[in-house]
Amino acid sequence: MVSILDIIGPVMVGPSSSHTAGACRLGLLARCLVGGTPERAHVELHGSFARTGEGHGTDKAIVAGLMGFRPDDDRIRTALDIAAREGLDYQFEKTTIADDVHPNTTRITVERGSRKAVMVGSSLGAGRVLVTEIDGYPVEISGSYHTIVLVAEDVPGSVARIAALLADAHLNIATLKLTRKKRGGDAFMVIEIDEPPDEAVRDRIRELSWVRWAFRLDKVAA
Amino acid sequence: MYRSLAEAIADATARGITLSQLAIATEAEDQGRDPQDIRAALMRALVVMRDAVAQGLTGELRSQSGLVGGDAEKLVSGPPGPLAGTPFRDILARALAVQEVNAAMGVIVAAPTAGGAGVLPAVLTGLAAAKKIPDDRVVDALATAGLIGAVVADRASLSGAEGGCQAETGAAAGMAAGAGTEMLGGSPQQVGHAVALAQQGTLGLVCDPLGGLVELPCVFRNATGAAIALAAIEMALAGITFIIPADEVIDTMGDIGREMDVRYRETAGGGLAATPTGRRLARERLVQIKKH
Repeated sequence: MVSILDIIGPVMVGPSSSHTAGACRLGLLARCLVGGTPERAHVELHGSFARTGEGHGTDKAIVAGLMGFRPDDDRIRTALDIAAREGLDYQFEKTTIADDVHPNTTRITVERGSRKAVMVGSSLGAGRVLVTEIDGYPVEISGSYHTIVLVAEDVPGSVARIAALLADAHLNIATLKLTRKKRGGDAFMVIEIDEPPDEAVRDRIRELSWVRWAFRLDKVAA
Repeated sequence: MYRSLAEAIADATARGITLSQLAIATEAEDQGRDPQDIRAALMRALVVMRDAVAQGLTGELRSQSGLVGGDAEKLVSGPPGPLAGTPFRDILARALAVQEVNAAMGVIVAAPTAGGAGVLPAVLTGLAAAKKIPDDRVVDALATAGLIGAVVADRASLSGAEGGCQAETGAAAGMAAGAGTEMLGGSPQQVGHAVALAQQGTLGLVCDPLGGLVELPCVFRNATGAAIALAAIEMALAGITFIIPADEVIDTMGDIGREMDVRYRETAGGGLAATPTGRRLARERLVQIKKH
């Protein structure tokens, strides 16, 4: 459903809603996968991101997102200098991720402490984004909800247990998707929620013995 | 939100309300948000729009390539033309100003997109200044613009990569024309004709940015888009009607976009981007950006 606030917005640093604002949002989502500003980031740019990214500040916008700056933050302009000062070690690489991916696609590998994550996402236009892969699991995350992502052992009742935990915290599930690479293998769960979940909820999920890891992705789009 | 302007116009007329009132009521219902919240968000957008106009009019900004900047200010202090002293000239300056800010990585409202971000603020803030229209009515106009844009997004496209520039500055001209018509007292029917009149004037417009960057001709397309919106407002308020309904003009824009060769959809493969000068500037500019 189209919202008039999507049309009259977002407020953003120019020049391109797809190459700047969308790129920043992808950086913001990748940051969440390691729970904060990464120490190292390897950013692969595909297609139009690779060809016209520099002129659109795509590199600055992704690095800004990794540091937690939002698309309307005018520090995006100087994000690369700020990253150098703050000790975010970033690298860019122009590459072809696959033949059939969206023209504005990036694969971002982030490391923070002992945690490392790989995210593939595309900028679809007008600032809208779609994360299509996390650590090799196919996903579809738009960032228009507060989202919890987790990897769990494939045990019976896992979905019910998580749903009950969220219900106890008075959180309303908008969508819930489960993917597995193989039968009996680890399950990747994406839960989109209407209200922002607090740290306590994430911690309670992490305490479940069969959950390998869980992260909270910020709502980055209207 | 509505998927047809004809339906929205019929509903607004039946309920005896304006399209902006209908837009805010529908948005509140769709999104489960308080109407005052929606108005507050639109007011924040208006503040950013005004700031961008003011910043661009100083003439001090340059894009990374150095090719864009300083032209808005020429319409302020440069020699007069036939439009000197009119709101028309001021609105052209405002459209250039916002798009110069965008090219210089300043803060703008993507309405509907960053590449077409100059048209709507130029027309609405320019007309509001000329006609001394209070902010709450400009906020109303932004809601109407949002409704029109939502219909275009649903029936056609708001992306240059999908539909060419007709889907960016063209859609912006349609939004500004309808919103400006309502702001100056036009009926919902007149808003519909204004949208159709503006959109028919941008059908087929290609997206051909030099080097693939949102700089040239984007900055000037925003000024000419604003001019088309003003022409449409003037005609609609004079009682001129357009024989093809706005929904069908928008559908036509979508059809043309789908049939448009990929060279004309933001790939810098055709149009002005493919001219000898366009190619040379793109080469030189990209080198310059790398050195930056």
